[in-house]
Amino acid sequence: MTDATVDTERSRATRTVVQRRLRINRIVTSLSWTATGAGLFLLFWILTDLLLKGAGTLSINLFTMNTPPPGSAGGLLNAIIGSMLLTGVGIVIATPVGILAGTFLIEYGRGTKLAEIIRFVNDMLVSAPSIIVGLFVYQVIVAPAHHFSGWAGAVALAIIALPIIVRTTQDMLQLVPDGLREAAYALGAPKWRVIVVVSYRAAFQGILTGVLLAIARISGETAPLLFTALSNPGGSTDMNAPMATLPVVIYKFADTPYHDWQDLAWAGALLITFSVLILNIVARSFAPRTGK
Amino acid sequence: MSTATIEAGHRRRSDHPGRLGNALFGGSAWSFAILVLILLAGVMISLIIAALPAFRTFGIPFIWTSTWNPVKDVYGALSPLYGTLVSSAVAMVIGVPVSLGIAIFLTELCPTYLRRPISTAIELLAAVPSIIFGMWGLFVLAPLMQKYVEPALIATLGKIPLIGILFQGPPYGIGLFTAGVILSAMVLPYMVSIMRDVFETVPPQLRESAYGLGATTWEVIKTVIVPYSRVGVVGAFMLSLGRALGETMAVTFVVGNSYHIKASLLAPGSTIASSLANEFAEADGLQLASLLAEGFLLFVLTFSVIGAARFMLMRLSRKYG
Repeated sequence: MTDATVDTERSRATRTVVQRRLRINRIVTSLSWTATGAGLFLLFWILTDLLLKGAGTLSINLFTMNTPPPGSAGGLLNAIIGSMLLTGVGIVIATPVGILAGTFLIEYGRGTKLAEIIRFVNDMLVSAPSIIVGLFVYQVIVAPAHHFSGWAGAVALAIIALPIIVRTTQDMLQLVPDGLREAAYALGAPKWRVIVVVSYRAAFQGILTGVLLAIARISGETAPLLFTALSNPGGSTDMNAPMATLPVVIYKFADTPYHDWQDLAWAGALLITFSVLILNIVARSFAPRTGK
Repeated sequence: MSTATIEAGHRRRSDHPGRLGNALFGGSAWSFAILVLILLAGVMISLIIAALPAFRTFGIPFIWTSTWNPVKDVYGALSPLYGTLVSSAVAMVIGVPVSLGIAIFLTELCPTYLRRPISTAIELLAAVPSIIFGMWGLFVLAPLMQKYVEPALIATLGKIPLIGILFQGPPYGIGLFTAGVILSAMVLPYMVSIMRDVFETVPPQLRESAYGLGATTWEVIKTVIVPYSRVGVVGAFMLSLGRALGETMAVTFVVGNSYHIKASLLAPGSTIASSLANEFAEADGLQLASLLAEGFLLFVLTFSVIGAARFMLMRLSRKYG
């Protein structure tokens, strides 16, 4: 064999290897494009279906009439009020508790074993299934009282919101530069004033994001409410009685043979999904840009 | 005024209220932080107490008994347990490669100006309430599964020996497989966002030197990025698994709610969460206790998976700040 043929042999071999590598690369990158397309398409698909099936039932009745028996006209008023009430009470309980707990982790306990453990447990609670929270509240509040109630529902929602608020508060306070705190100390401010006036003010937008995200999260929760607030066909706003909420009404109405109930369920689904998504987008606009 | 009174006044104005404020503020911060620990302990203890009557009646075999008979008042958790594990397994088999694909797209392939909008869109998928996924799954996805996807699976995978048994029988549309598909869509955003974050911890020098040596994008991913962020990828996987195991509403709509264990993935089944959602409101006595015992099993299952995942992710973030 001459040198020339060896060379061409070798370059041909190299070329096929290169071609093979490029081919694999093309396949993988196009799969990656496809996966992303599929993910985006799914979101688009769900939202379009909600609009197509839910928008037809959107009318003023939805906001002025209570949930009907099958076959008669009605709306979702009691469910909307119930959802707002439970979400509102839940977030009012969870916000101060969550912010203070997050404050402890950064301003008081930073670096201590206790804070480490609490942080870890809190992270677990963030991803805990909400149905477990529902069972817990059932055991602690509903079973001893022998009846389902709005309070139990609100407490369940508060427990779901709490770890989210703790987590964001902690992350946001961590971003506050120590120099700011030290400057305030140097002026003679006591620790709690430093936290309230300096740390909270610096972290305000981030903490607000956390609270808004927590609202978005709990306003769509269904499973824990099945064990706590249950539902109520009348327009009750009594926190001691079972209370209708949008997600639970959707659950009850969707899986029935009655078309008017199904239509109401779709309208409710449309309402809740778009409110939650808008809330999410608003919350994100408050979030400090961390360069990502 | 003498200097003594001035000093006393100073002390009264700044020291004393400061100390009281500090005590109040610090004390409440401490106690609310402790509350987080108490919550976890409370959940655990209350579920153990709730589960006791069922375990006392049926013993440990409750876990591997497949009977669920409210008429005879005999209960076992095997069927929901099986359904929980199988639907989550389906979710992971579908969800992991797709999430990996999206995470790779976002970190390696995506033009910079599209990165933020696409990430946000994928994350918004996580904001869609699970009941919406359930309803959409029942009315939109299940008919499509029954008409197109499942017959195709039966005709192809159903003919292969060994795994064929998983894809046999009539296409119901609802069942463990459809539940798994919905779950995979629901855990997708969580997996993508963690994977993207850990991929971004890969030092640019490593990545760029690999590109500089002539590696293709896929080779960089395979030999640099994935090995470097292995722990994070496993953590993301387990965290999503924890979510899938405990997901309730989406699964309840499409799982079929049958307590019979069938070899085929296409058959209706039930999960722990779906049986709780379905039967809880009407249950009492031993049935209620058995449902709560199922809830305890779910707690043990999800919290050990989530705990392990968080542990891995925590060690990771300590390593890379």
